[in-house]
Amino acid sequence: MLGIINRKICSGGSSVLTSGQSLQWARSSASALRSYSSAAKEMTVRDALNSALDEEMSADPKVFLMGEEVGEYQGAYKISKGLLDKYGPERVLDTPITEAGFTGIGVGAAYHGLRPVIEFMTFNFSMQAIDHIINSAAKSNYMSAGQISVPIVFRGPNGAAAGVGAQHSQCYASWFASCPGLKVLTPYSSEDARGLLKAAIRDPDPVVFLENELLYGESFPISAEALDSSFCLPIGKAKIEREGKDVTITAFSKMVGYALKAAEILAKEGISSEVINLRSIRPLDRSTINASVRKTNRLVTVEEGFPQHGVGAEICTSVVEDSFGYLDAPVERVAGADVPMPYAANLERMAVPQVEDIVRAAKRACYRSVPLAAAA
Amino acid sequence: MALAHLASSSSRSNLLKPIFAALSSTPSLRCPISSAAADNTKTLTIETSVPFTAHQCEAPSSLVDTTPEELLTFFRDMATMRRMEIAADSLYKARLIRGFCHLYDGQEAAAVGMEAAITKKDSIITAYRDHCTYLARGGTLLEIFSELMGRQGGGSRGKGGSMHFYKKEAGFYGGHGIVGAQVPLGIGLAFAQKYSKDGTVAFVLYGDGAANQGQLFEALNIAALWDLPAILVCENNHYGMGTAEWRAAKSPAYYKRGDYVPGLKVDGMDVLAVKQACKFAKEHALKNGPIILEMDTYRYHGHSMSDPGSTYRTRDEISGVRQERDPVERVRKLVLSHDLATEKELKDTEKEIRKKVDEAIAQAKESPMPDPSELFTNVYVKGFGIEACGPDRKEVRAVLP
Repeated sequence: MLGIINRKICSGGSSVLTSGQSLQWARSSASALRSYSSAAKEMTVRDALNSALDEEMSADPKVFLMGEEVGEYQGAYKISKGLLDKYGPERVLDTPITEAGFTGIGVGAAYHGLRPVIEFMTFNFSMQAIDHIINSAAKSNYMSAGQISVPIVFRGPNGAAAGVGAQHSQCYASWFASCPGLKVLTPYSSEDARGLLKAAIRDPDPVVFLENELLYGESFPISAEALDSSFCLPIGKAKIEREGKDVTITAFSKMVGYALKAAEILAKEGISSEVINLRSIRPLDRSTINASVRKTNRLVTVEEGFPQHGVGAEICTSVVEDSFGYLDAPVERVAGADVPMPYAANLERMAVPQVEDIVRAAKRACYRSVPLAAAA
Repeated sequence: MALAHLASSSSRSNLLKPIFAALSSTPSLRCPISSAAADNTKTLTIETSVPFTAHQCEAPSSLVDTTPEELLTFFRDMATMRRMEIAADSLYKARLIRGFCHLYDGQEAAAVGMEAAITKKDSIITAYRDHCTYLARGGTLLEIFSELMGRQGGGSRGKGGSMHFYKKEAGFYGGHGIVGAQVPLGIGLAFAQKYSKDGTVAFVLYGDGAANQGQLFEALNIAALWDLPAILVCENNHYGMGTAEWRAAKSPAYYKRGDYVPGLKVDGMDVLAVKQACKFAKEHALKNGPIILEMDTYRYHGHSMSDPGSTYRTRDEISGVRQERDPVERVRKLVLSHDLATEKELKDTEKEIRKKVDEAIAQAKESPMPDPSELFTNVYVKGFGIEACGPDRKEVRAVLP
């Protein structure tokens, strides 16, 4: 929160204020903010998720939260802070470290009509329970011809964090999004977090809700509408974060922030980028993506996960299938490196897309880059 | 071998002993079914031939209360199941049933006895050997045969197949193809029942093959921690596909595998023993949390229709069980020895059942295949008008409602 306020008050660059000075800045800037625009509230993604959970649990007694450390620990990442005190141990349940077991229990409870929210401490651990997500949850409504619906949400941090190594850094968006019967959502901002989580909990189908650990502490402006307890975002609709006319950049989760930074840099070089925050990986908002590409004629897809068979591959195919004639350049794909995530900071940095990767790819799509080196 | 004891004469006399004992303790009803209407509800007390073995709890009495009406219903229900599974065998060989077909003949007492002890508000979940459980929960022969043949009239409108029968309104939650997955799911049902303060229980069925699954112990641990009203029922037919229990489990005493969770070993071929055990288990689970019932049972068919069932066990063993422990024959003997019906009446019942099964099959054959539009139905409850496509998306596309 402090960091964001600093960024807003000091023009450009990173702040070199000491923490004491930061606090003073924060106090004065907070009152400055208040005087600038009373409607410009800010909220961290963490608080956004917490408030969404709180409101949905309050509205529907069938909603309950289950996972490791969600109760007494207040949540491994404090997303469920205060919920145990408010709703009691019958509705906020600390589980043993047994993903297959408690995920199956959650799905069974959903079969019976409850509305579970199952938290995975990170989605890397969801692999221990993936049979229940796919075979017990996603396919049940179909196999039973509508008798057994599964109104469940599987949520937790997804993708790379910082220095957590190969087993704790994978992005599962494309794995889950390939499965019919699931819905897969990827919030970026606090408004996304609130609106999409509320929509996910209210949705009668199984939803995989992919958060991002590094976004939890980030603050975003949030409208009064988004703070209302009835606020909900539609599932399956992307958001155009920034309008542009030269190149379309699609991204989700943390990469949206990177894409926006890349757009700023590109703008200085005369390239106007349209940044699409996908919000929903399944269903994918093909019409928004295609409409944008038909306008700009160029596409860069950005994701943190492994490139092969990834989200970008699907977006590229969708555009080739529906808007081939509109493409003026090959589709560019920016993704995580095709290696398990290394630990060393310099290697880790090379394994995840950076802003300059997006800028370079966008320039290539605009035929504005230096000639490519010969392929290896 | 586990079943060698069947051949011994001591157990043979065990089988007959309780019936004579029961006869001497109740007045005989020397009248045919029709005129026994007034007496159909009088209590008969019958001793189970094999006592219960208990783990961490006190076994219920092996004297089981029943009525003539109940015994006759048991006979009819089990004979129907038997006839249905044999008919499914023929349909599979005629290629009208495709893919997987796991038959339950031999195990009927487990499904029927359980049903007698509970209500439709209690939940049952099982794996893929589910035809008879579905029937016991209220499914019709027509729904079963139609689903097996992939027709619209099927319980899942032809979209599920043999392993995916469901009847939610009657508390039957399937029908699951992944071995062991149904156990955490079933404990989840119990969780929901406790959460909703229903006063009901969940019966979670699995086989000796699934009994070694890690997720079972994960979910059982949680059930015990949270006092969930879950009854785990191991239908131990002694073979996990082609692997005998002694080759798969270090400890095949499945009723003890819950460690701190109480368990009961039950003669799964005796419908009255099953009923008594399930009644006991339901009372226990509502007060004290989970309990394991191990049903000592047997399947005559192989694991599925692709398995002859005779490469890993002897034909003598199979016919031995059929002779000594067949659940339908046991009830027939009980009915006859208590003069609840004559031999002819029972044979007529069987003829009637055969006719009903044949009629259901004929009707099921008339049921049409699902409409092509059904390819895209029920993917979601709420599809938001999402587009789904077939193999060639320029050719076949649909909008999900």
